Amino acid sequence: MSDQALHLQSLVDLRATLATKQASALEVAQHFLHRAQADAHHAFLAFNPEATLAQAAAAQQRLDAGDTSPLLGLPIAHKDIFVTTDFPTTAGSRILEGYRSPFNATVVQRLSDAGMVGLGKLSCDEFAMGSANENIAVPSAKPQAVTNPWDLSRIPGGSSGGSAAAVAARLTPAATGTDTGGSIRQPAAFCGITGIKPTYGRTSRYGMVAFASSLDQAGPMARSAEDCALLLSALCGADLDRDSTSLDLAPENFSVSLNSHVKGLRIGIPNEFFGDGLASDVRAPIDQALQTLVGQGAVLVPIALPRTKLSIPVYYIIAPAEASSNLSRFDGVKFGHRAKDFGDLADMYEKTRSEGFGDEVKRRIMIGSYVLSHGYYDAYYLQAQKIRRMIADDFQAAFQQCDLIAGPVAPTVAWKLGDKSDDPLANYLADIFTLPASLAGLPGMSLPVGFGEGGMPVGMQLIGNYLQEAKLLNLAHQYQLLSDHHMHTPGGAA
Amino acid sequence: MAYDHATPDTMSLTSTDIHRLAQLSRLRFDGPSSDLLQQQLNAFFAVVEQIRSVDTKGVLPMAHPIDAMPRLGDHASGGMHLRLREDLASEPNQREANQRNAPAVERGLFLVPKVIE
Repeated sequence: MSDQALHLQSLVDLRATLATKQASALEVAQHFLHRAQADAHHAFLAFNPEATLAQAAAAQQRLDAGDTSPLLGLPIAHKDIFVTTDFPTTAGSRILEGYRSPFNATVVQRLSDAGMVGLGKLSCDEFAMGSANENIAVPSAKPQAVTNPWDLSRIPGGSSGGSAAAVAARLTPAATGTDTGGSIRQPAAFCGITGIKPTYGRTSRYGMVAFASSLDQAGPMARSAEDCALLLSALCGADLDRDSTSLDLAPENFSVSLNSHVKGLRIGIPNEFFGDGLASDVRAPIDQALQTLVGQGAVLVPIALPRTKLSIPVYYIIAPAEASSNLSRFDGVKFGHRAKDFGDLADMYEKTRSEGFGDEVKRRIMIGSYVLSHGYYDAYYLQAQKIRRMIADDFQAAFQQCDLIAGPVAPTVAWKLGDKSDDPLANYLADIFTLPASLAGLPGMSLPVGFGEGGMPVGMQLIGNYLQEAKLLNLAHQYQLLSDHHMHTPGGAA
Repeated sequence: MAYDHATPDTMSLTSTDIHRLAQLSRLRFDGPSSDLLQQQLNAFFAVVEQIRSVDTKGVLPMAHPIDAMPRLGDHASGGMHLRLREDLASEPNQREANQRNAPAVERGLFLVPKVIE
């Protein structure tokens, strides 16, 4: 393991490399920083080498003192939706360009306290609204779409596209992401890496720039389930004074149950996830992965999630409604962009917001304003909230018959840059398999199970019941012991 | 997928609606972008229409997932519910640090165009 170049090592391997003094935390940080700064995928938006190297030096001191913390001295890069004191925070938006937070997001702080070394900030769709990372507006002088390391003519997925591309290209061993309607799982699938969105309320939303507060959830993205388990153990935890939706739970070590056997585990297969909408090149590797698990004694159980299709309109009412409210804080008064020339206060608001927000963000604010407006609230917003509960109830009925659920993450592999950029609805429809778990607040993950059209990675989604992350990570790890899809490295990254 | 992309029904948003929503949203659109937006939103709401025929009689609206986590409260003191912290000042005064990002500040105050004559 430690004979490998540092960037080809997993977090677990890198930690062993540090423990056996084959490399220092400073050498590891410098190695990844060099790679990241030479990044051709436009995955990174900001660096602060001085801060990175200072953190590495502090980590090395702890290592020298015999500290055995599992993440100590390992690099991490953050989606630019988390506020950070060491780096600027833009949320991918012109309206926040140049913003410098006076505090760290809880998620960032927890990983820093665990001894991780911050490499930089990663590109994302503006305010995490998108499925392709094409809604990127910064740097405003020359915004660049992130490219997929497996094929530079394709999208990396979104909204955590920079996170997925950076891990796939081995520019960082791990990254943070956020998932509102699939924004960790879908880019993880498209870039051939592993990512998990925990149960809503597991990770603190304090310092995460808010998109849709009843859906937003942070989670780790890395190469393997084993690495994700390490990261998730550090990320989860109650933040009772700062996030009223943070669950009051004791910390959990997700690494301890990775080796439980999967014999007799009942895997629910939702009929609605395997219909006409699923491309055959995506279906084939998923079917094969499921057979591998059956070979280990898992049992496939047909289940029904009858409102899967409704999750698209329900999500695209609820998320924009919450976004239109959350984004009202961007008014050019307390922080962020302000228009240069304006008349009265209303004129200042309108010009500031029209200049500062990109097209997709404006579309969602408009949808939100509409579904919350007098005369439409009951028909759209309230009706969507009722169907949301029916979708959550469908999952509970399904979990009477199975221990977890498996299916595709997305209907196809990553598409070409620009293919859907003029068609917002086509982007929304491609979210069909990730939205149901998001609406219910259930944990979901993506793991690589093979390759489809054009040699592009295919991800399989696992969905668990509330707080059952350990089960997902266990099954994913057991699969990864028997397969090497998560070990494949795109051509340019070796 | 099976959705019909192109045919907005009779509930279509008009250009007047777009103008009104833009005002509510504190956004402004020029003619061509307003037309494009109208077309895109109508395509979107054509897909949304299907939710109106779903029978939701007796179903309680679900505002957040914690509301749907059944019986999880049993194993944690206080249970699964939204909390409010005590109404006590817990954050230090960071006015200067917080105002460093403001576009216009004078003597610790945020500046805006004159509102009252």
